[in-house]
Amino acid sequence: MSEASNATPALLDVRDVSKAFGAVEVLRSVSLQVKRGEVVTVIGPSGSGKTTLLRCVNFLESYDSGSIRIDGKEVGYREAGTRQRRSERDLAAMRAETGMVFQSFNLFPHLTAAGNIMLGLTKVRKKSEAEARQAAEHWLGRVGLAHKADSLPAELSGGQQQRVGIARAVAMEPKILLLDEITSALDPELVGEVLAVVRSLAEDGMTMLMVTHEMAFARDASSRIVFMADGGVSAVGPPKEILAADTANERLRTFLARFRASHF
Amino acid sequence: MLGQILYALPFLAEGFAVTLWVSLLVVVLSLIAGVLLGVGLVYGPVPLRWAVRIFSDTIRGIPILVLMFFVYYGLPAIGLHLPSFWAAVLALTLFKTAQVIEYLRGAVGSIPKGQSEAAMAIGLTFRQRLTYVIFPQAFRRFLPPWINGVTDAVKGSALVSLLGITDLMQAVNQVIGRTYEAMPLYILGALIYFAVNYALSLASRRLERRFSFIRE
Repeated sequence: MSEASNATPALLDVRDVSKAFGAVEVLRSVSLQVKRGEVVTVIGPSGSGKTTLLRCVNFLESYDSGSIRIDGKEVGYREAGTRQRRSERDLAAMRAETGMVFQSFNLFPHLTAAGNIMLGLTKVRKKSEAEARQAAEHWLGRVGLAHKADSLPAELSGGQQQRVGIARAVAMEPKILLLDEITSALDPELVGEVLAVVRSLAEDGMTMLMVTHEMAFARDASSRIVFMADGGVSAVGPPKEILAADTANERLRTFLARFRASHF
Repeated sequence: MLGQILYALPFLAEGFAVTLWVSLLVVVLSLIAGVLLGVGLVYGPVPLRWAVRIFSDTIRGIPILVLMFFVYYGLPAIGLHLPSFWAAVLALTLFKTAQVIEYLRGAVGSIPKGQSEAAMAIGLTFRQRLTYVIFPQAFRRFLPPWINGVTDAVKGSALVSLLGITDLMQAVNQVIGRTYEAMPLYILGALIYFAVNYALSLASRRLERRFSFIRE
């Protein structure tokens, strides 16, 4: 965090992170900062490393070199420059500070909507059953599902499941919320309800890093957009600049043109 | 004939108690060992995975009777003298453990990876993930083959008679030795085994219904 380019230190500070799966380099020296309260969106063609980057931030994936810090604390490895993995207990504690919402929801099918939210609150945050239930009901209310607290995931629509997924993540009061293509598995008519929830969280000042293919949403909701190609950051800037049809970045221009052609 | 059966019953009851005791020991010990080793097989470091894999494949490739004779007659060669009862229990437990390892691997393997990841993402530790997320879901898939395995253990326990242990099977043989009435006594013995296993499979069906709450 020593040479942060802006005056306020970044909440999430990714520096020169590289990662290879065998011979394939999925991340090439990626650097990226997210400040408190910012919403940063990562776009790019599939295979560009967006999702891998997101998964490195809460150490669902390890990275080969570089550093990822949240609030100044190295995520996956012990401090002091070693590449020694944190202990299981440490990792769990670090992950509890980041919320993650998945493309395929990944709700726990054996637990009710409220139960999904309460699990982390009781076992990780050590809240009492009653406190956790209250928090679960509060967050289900926030995502418009107060009446579904006792429904099992299988009894909910895709959009409803994803809203529970968001509630499960934010109920832990994470420092940053990671959203991994959270509307990609949804029928088009269900996308809006999920994005509305994300928007309201952004308005409340939740710090977010998201990967999405919803360009209109990215344009409206993001503080900054990061364009990734071939495992590296190709362009960063405010939405208007990045999504301009006449951008000088040729890769980005091609990506946007192809995107427009397939979506409009 | 009824008189002979009444005469035989106290002997058979004693043998039956031994059968149940052997079965219970084998089922409980193999459950504990099999679940621990199964978790090692799925989540452990590579050397442990290999060790468990070799153990399971070897044991499952040996006829249970050979395993039993090996433990009872073979191990004394390396200084390990087990009484016949414990030799039999050990052999049956090893055999059953290898099966439990495979049931566990299959059941846990059927849970999508996203479940572990979601559990990690909210900050659960490895043990918490297994306890609250993976096992409750895997249980439903583990149960049917495992109950089958329990009935196999009850039936398989008849093999201990070959080490001279007076279980139900051996008691039946001893009574026949005295009365020369083979048919009615074998039928009686078979009925007792059947009663136990039928009760188990009824219980299993009830349990499966009880845990069928997860629709996929």
